[in-house]
Amino acid sequence: MQPQPAEETVRSVIDIAKLSLTFETNDGPVHALADIDLDIGEGEFVSFIGPSGCGKTTLLRVIADLEKPTGGSISVNGMTPDEARLKRAYGYVFQAAALYPWRTIADNIALPLEIMGMSRAERSERIARNMELVNLAGFERKYPWQLSGGMQQRASIARALSFDPDLLLMDEPFGALDEIVRDHLNEQLLKLWDKTNKTVVFVTHSIPEAVFLSTRIVVLCPRPGRIYDVIESDLPRDRTLDIRESPEFLKIAHRVREGLRAGHSYDD
Amino acid sequence: MTSETLSPPVRSPFAGLMSGTAGPVLVVVAALLAVWYLAAVMLNTPFQRDIYKRGGLEDVSLVQLMTDTLAQDRPVLPSPHQVAVEIWETTAEKKITSKRSLVYHSSITLSSTLLGFLMGTTLGILLAIGIVHSRVLDKSLMPWVIASQTIPILAIAPMIIVVLNAIGVSGLLPKALISTYLSFFPVTVGMVKGLRSPEIIQLDLMKTYSASASQTLWKLRLPSAAPYLFASMKVGVAASLVGAIVGELPTGAVAGLGARLLAGSYYGQTVQIWSALIVAAILAAGLVSLIGLGERIVLKRMGMAR
Repeated sequence: MQPQPAEETVRSVIDIAKLSLTFETNDGPVHALADIDLDIGEGEFVSFIGPSGCGKTTLLRVIADLEKPTGGSISVNGMTPDEARLKRAYGYVFQAAALYPWRTIADNIALPLEIMGMSRAERSERIARNMELVNLAGFERKYPWQLSGGMQQRASIARALSFDPDLLLMDEPFGALDEIVRDHLNEQLLKLWDKTNKTVVFVTHSIPEAVFLSTRIVVLCPRPGRIYDVIESDLPRDRTLDIRESPEFLKIAHRVREGLRAGHSYDD
Repeated sequence: MTSETLSPPVRSPFAGLMSGTAGPVLVVVAALLAVWYLAAVMLNTPFQRDIYKRGGLEDVSLVQLMTDTLAQDRPVLPSPHQVAVEIWETTAEKKITSKRSLVYHSSITLSSTLLGFLMGTTLGILLAIGIVHSRVLDKSLMPWVIASQTIPILAIAPMIIVVLNAIGVSGLLPKALISTYLSFFPVTVGMVKGLRSPEIIQLDLMKTYSASASQTLWKLRLPSAAPYLFASMKVGVAASLVGAIVGELPTGAVAGLGARLLAGSYYGQTVQIWSALIVAAILAAGLVSLIGLGERIVLKRMGMAR
């Protein structure tokens, strides 16, 4: 592993070089990821976008140490993903809220805090703060099934934020929600990111979502999963949903769409 | 859209009776009793005809024959009301310290049932935890767990009693161990399934917190397994009761429902046998519904009952 010297003053949080991952299946090897080079700096909001099967979720899972790469190198906060996971370097938000049905919302948010051995007082302080942050104050004693899908996903974001990781890994967190709720949560997420200056890696298959949220968009294409294009966004940090009508936004969205189309073309 | 006036639905006079659960249950019970009475008359008729022949009685009316077949001392199949009277006399009308009180015998059997069930459930949970956490135990233990249940309990029960007696263990424990032997199995199987029931995403979540195996067990696997535990405990407690009764048969035990069954069969006291059987069935139903009650309370407190 050779940590690359940071080109700018921004500290590198995730450093991926020549990374590949091949699953051995009964039908032969499946090249989920091949030749991935990516450097994500502190405070960035990076989206992975691509058609299904392009390996965007797998790449996120490799960063989280939920999958092991079969080649190349990756470091998270200067450590191996395994060490970073043991140090609880990141919060992970899954496609589904994955709240435990026998715990109230407050107790679900307390789950990582209990595991990390925080005191009761510290736990309740953090529960209150993070429920406020995702606009769920007042729902502490409700069970997950009593909440709508959007509220459940917000609770799962509060759970990921509760132990205050600097890095947030989000795997299509709003994929199952309707457009209105998704827009609203996108805005909230952006405000949260702006307030806390966390590094966010975000997997999505929605072009407007990727462009609206990101400082950088990584377009992946399938078979084998690899990076097709990396698009820097020059949209201002302080964005509202209206920006989606602006020519700058549409220009970036157009380039993402072109990338997705080109990546798809030699499919059939 | 039509705007016809709707005529009130015509209700059958029995509609109310059959709409709840009480109606259907009553119908089934009545049908069972009818079959029972019919069978009692048919099975007891040959002996009754013998009695008539020896007494030189002829031209006995059908009604007389039926009445007599349902009132024999040692019938092949006692009639339901004979059994009901016997149960009443041996429970309500006897002191519970009496050796002829079914309450006394039931309490003996119940105590070893409960002890055995407690040990069986504990053993079952511990085995399941081991099996879920260790591949070696999964491969090595599970076949034995299954094989243990293919041995007829009637064959192994006397062995357990004899061996334990030889090392000086007697009384409640040997019988309870037979209950344990029968009741750990459903709990093991149910809990293995229950402890493996968390979704991958829930397990991944624990991994992202770098939770230890014991944290994952206490905070995820065991709560997920709660519904499975209660389902398997219902089977386990019934098996436990069977184990306790079977445990009383080969020991020449003087007390307990099993002893009562055995004594009844020595002396051809079929009414006594049947009343012990019915009481055992009532006991089993009571135990199972108690666990059902516990299940409802616990799952409600866990927020899992809606």
